[in-house]
Amino acid sequence: VYEQALHEEDSRFSEDQRAELTLGALVCVVVGLLLAMLVFVLHEAWPSFAHNGFAWFGAGGSVDNETQAIFTSGDLNQTPVYLFHAWPLIWATLVITVLSVSLAFVSALFVAVFMVEFAPEWLRRVLEPVVRLLASVPSVIYGLLGVLVVVPFIGNHLITQHEKASVAYAVSLSGYSVLAAILILTVMIAPIMIAVFAEGLRSVPRGWLEGSLALGVNRWRTFWKVGVRTARPALVAGTVLATARALGEAVMVGMVSGGVGFAPNPADGVPVFFFEPSRTLAATIIADNNELTSPPMKHTLYAIAAVLLFSAAMLSFTGWAAKQPMKRYGIRA
Amino acid sequence: MTAAGVTAPAPAPGRAPRGRQRTATWRLTDRIGLALAWVLGLLFCVIAAAIVIYLLIQGIRFVRPNLLVTNPTAGFNQNDTGGFLGPMIGTLLVAAMAMSLALPIGVAIAVWLSEYGRPGLLARVTESTIESLAGIPSIVLALFGTLLFESPVLGFLSETNAGVVYGKSFFAASAMLSLVALPMVVTTVREGLQAIPSHVREASYAVGKTKIATTRRVLLPAARPSVITGAMLGVGRVIGDTAIVLLLLGSTLSLEGVGSVPLLSTLLGTGSTLTSYIYDNAPTGDLNQPNKAYAAAFVLLVVVLALNLGVDVYSRRARRLRWG
Repeated sequence: VYEQALHEEDSRFSEDQRAELTLGALVCVVVGLLLAMLVFVLHEAWPSFAHNGFAWFGAGGSVDNETQAIFTSGDLNQTPVYLFHAWPLIWATLVITVLSVSLAFVSALFVAVFMVEFAPEWLRRVLEPVVRLLASVPSVIYGLLGVLVVVPFIGNHLITQHEKASVAYAVSLSGYSVLAAILILTVMIAPIMIAVFAEGLRSVPRGWLEGSLALGVNRWRTFWKVGVRTARPALVAGTVLATARALGEAVMVGMVSGGVGFAPNPADGVPVFFFEPSRTLAATIIADNNELTSPPMKHTLYAIAAVLLFSAAMLSFTGWAAKQPMKRYGIRA
Repeated sequence: MTAAGVTAPAPAPGRAPRGRQRTATWRLTDRIGLALAWVLGLLFCVIAAAIVIYLLIQGIRFVRPNLLVTNPTAGFNQNDTGGFLGPMIGTLLVAAMAMSLALPIGVAIAVWLSEYGRPGLLARVTESTIESLAGIPSIVLALFGTLLFESPVLGFLSETNAGVVYGKSFFAASAMLSLVALPMVVTTVREGLQAIPSHVREASYAVGKTKIATTRRVLLPAARPSVITGAMLGVGRVIGDTAIVLLLLGSTLSLEGVGSVPLLSTLLGTGSTLTSYIYDNAPTGDLNQPNKAYAAAFVLLVVVLALNLGVDVYSRRARRLRWG
């Protein structure tokens, strides 16, 4: 009997071990697949980078003409062309991402503080589902509303004839603009920030706030100086998450920003700059996805994807690094 | 948080009453800040309400019952381009297939991370990989998918013509979409598992159960609300994604099967989902039928709202299951 029990014990132990190994193998496969993705994308992207060097990131010539040349050179019996200067796309991506993230950061911080500390109970009960809803509306719906509501509004009511004439030599202003992309992107990414910020703010130790209040500091100032400062790592984490979303948002931005490889020119003055059309890196992949059949074009698009992937990786790393000090307080975000 | 409000000496439990006289002594900048917080908070409510109400109005204007049961057809007039039965079936198929991949894999990874997690290095690598997966733009995943599914090795998952693998099928799109849902599932399930206190596990070990039996019989049933929440969050991401569908499903007008086996032919073939249908029917798309796009957007929004409601219910249920 004892031996039988021992045997049973043994088989049970091995069953457990088998389960652990199976799960571990599955984890390895998934992680391996994702690492392989990194390698494959970089491998496919290499020809484009190798031919252009650092000029890939530079300015010069029209991106749209360059992509056209790259695409047609993919036909048989032609030497592939790789000349590509992505600066207008990079500039558009930077402008749209930086402006919408900063706009979203400020508003998300205020809304998160309001939601956690200052809103009356009924409003809090409305705000929480509202934030979740705004975060879960598909980007194509935002894009559709942008194209049918925001873009015509900008084109018909905000852009004056004078402004149109002032840049007519370079680009035509129709309402498809950087401004539309920034505004809608702000609405899309602010809820992500609000959710993370609010979680960080909620986990600020109550005693710290009470200590400040006991010293006679008012509630607003207490929460701002103690609460928000303590939750700083959460602010970074939320911002990183939202920035990643903004960088990679291809569908909505591609729909409303005009789809022209044009670098909005700050020298055109402030309102006009925001009315100018552009195309971001991610939107370029969507717009040209039918041209993957041409090998040089394929390599160029993979190069764009590699840049996006690298930025996303850098962002995750920043987020990870920012979370480290938070662990000291035993705060999870 | 059960503590009293920050205005400490409130006699009653809960938050202290706040009235105008309380802020009257504040500095002007503080009062402006609070006012700004109110304005922005209300602004977000207004934006959300505007989106929902606007789409509701457009939905009432343009959704007709026959749109839901007819397939899209080519045409120049909004009256003869058919409905969007095909895209709806596409959304359903893609969601079901992507989740049938993402849910078991996600739960398995979450279990491994929370219950095993050895060796520690692999656990850390996995954790950060899953985290960065959430940050990878879906357009990059889509591009990687074209590379993966156009390779001859995976040619059996899509149409192959004279040795050239087409690489666009429901299988390809669902496989990549499952990667979009995976981080949501892993994070939510893992949080649910970690919320279960260790004495529950120890009680199960004490009666002689193995680790895997404990996980299967005790932990996963206890974490079921989190599993369901994670699944619904994942479905929300899957049905909302456009980039992967455009690149890997072909976004063709109707479901175009390959071969003659009934269901398999559809899954091997191309099609479209509600998102790609909206994308194509927006004024910037190839078809440009805004009324149809509005109608489809309304249907999609209703599905998303329903999912949100479901998440709400189940995450509340998960919270009620607080272990003492």
